Amino acid sequence: MSASNEEQKSFLGRTWQKFRRPTARYAMGTLLVAGFFGGIVFWGGFNWSMEMTNTETFCISCHEMEANVYREYKETVHYSNRTGVRATCPDCHVPKTWVHKIARKIKASNELYHHFLGTIDTREKYEGKRLELATNVWKAMKETDSRECRNCHNFEYMDFVVQEKRSRTRHEEAIDDGMTCIDCHKGIAHELPAGIVGVEGMPNIGNPNLGN
Amino acid sequence: MKIRIKDWAIKITAAGLAVLAVAAFSLDSAYAQQGVTSLRGETALDEGRGAADLNKQHTGKRFTRNYRQQPPLIPHKIEKYQIDVKANQCLGCHDWPQNVAANAPKISETHYVSPTGVRLNKVSGSRWFCNQCHVPQAEAQALVPNTFTSSNDMK
Repeated sequence: MSASNEEQKSFLGRTWQKFRRPTARYAMGTLLVAGFFGGIVFWGGFNWSMEMTNTETFCISCHEMEANVYREYKETVHYSNRTGVRATCPDCHVPKTWVHKIARKIKASNELYHHFLGTIDTREKYEGKRLELATNVWKAMKETDSRECRNCHNFEYMDFVVQEKRSRTRHEEAIDDGMTCIDCHKGIAHELPAGIVGVEGMPNIGNPNLGN
Repeated sequence: MKIRIKDWAIKITAAGLAVLAVAAFSLDSAYAQQGVTSLRGETALDEGRGAADLNKQHTGKRFTRNYRQQPPLIPHKIEKYQIDVKANQCLGCHDWPQNVAANAPKISETHYVSPTGVRLNKVSGSRWFCNQCHVPQAEAQALVPNTFTSSNDMK
């Protein structure tokens, strides 16, 4: 009975047995070298494929992104400007540090889920969801003290002398009050959503005539 | 007899059309010689015209109005501001009470009156799109020579 049980062991069970049993066929050195190079291939492959998902081309391969936020972003200073320096989608929406990046990538599986569900696959559906989506991003930015903005922008290196008077005053106030970029700079790369009337920390610029 | 009349009518019509075509063609070439150009100009279809020189916008000092009812010009750039059905970023500085902190001119009280004359606490929908009337000031030459005189200079 026990012998037949051994034979009937599941695939997982057999794999686990192989994993535990010391090998009599291969030398320790062979296993180590093979493991080393195998490790390089797998780790490199993992990072390579993750970087593949960290490109603008990948982001706009979904029409939800291409037809809405990408086209709006093309009108803004982060896409086209005097010096040609750009911030692409992942520069602002994916953290640079590894741990935070992985966390964001895992969260992004929810975005894939809703892509296949077709939650925002028309302009109307997108506009209907825009306030919620934007609020999520604003909230995340606020919690991280606008970490992704600060990959490039830094109060320390801002030359207030070459800023316009109004910007200078506001930025000095922001430093004194411990504010973060997203507190004021909402809707700079994408259109502001409908229904922002009375949103906390938002200047009163939403259209009240929409009846929201 | 009927058939012959028809023939005659057809001939006349054909001759008339031919004359018209020749006239139209010569008129057309006459226009071409006079140099009537399309917006595209003389540029061939497979060539680009290059970007036009934009009129330099004047920021800072405000231009004076040319007549009493002229909507004031905007002494700063506005191309990055969203003005659409969802939001109006001009209000961030120019709507009361934000204008106080921003030290920016307040939107005229006439803009807080509905088309039916009801006074509102928000910019009227009929006044929502600022750039329908207000434009950034620029050193732009008159498109055609004209004799416009400011109402203030008229006696």
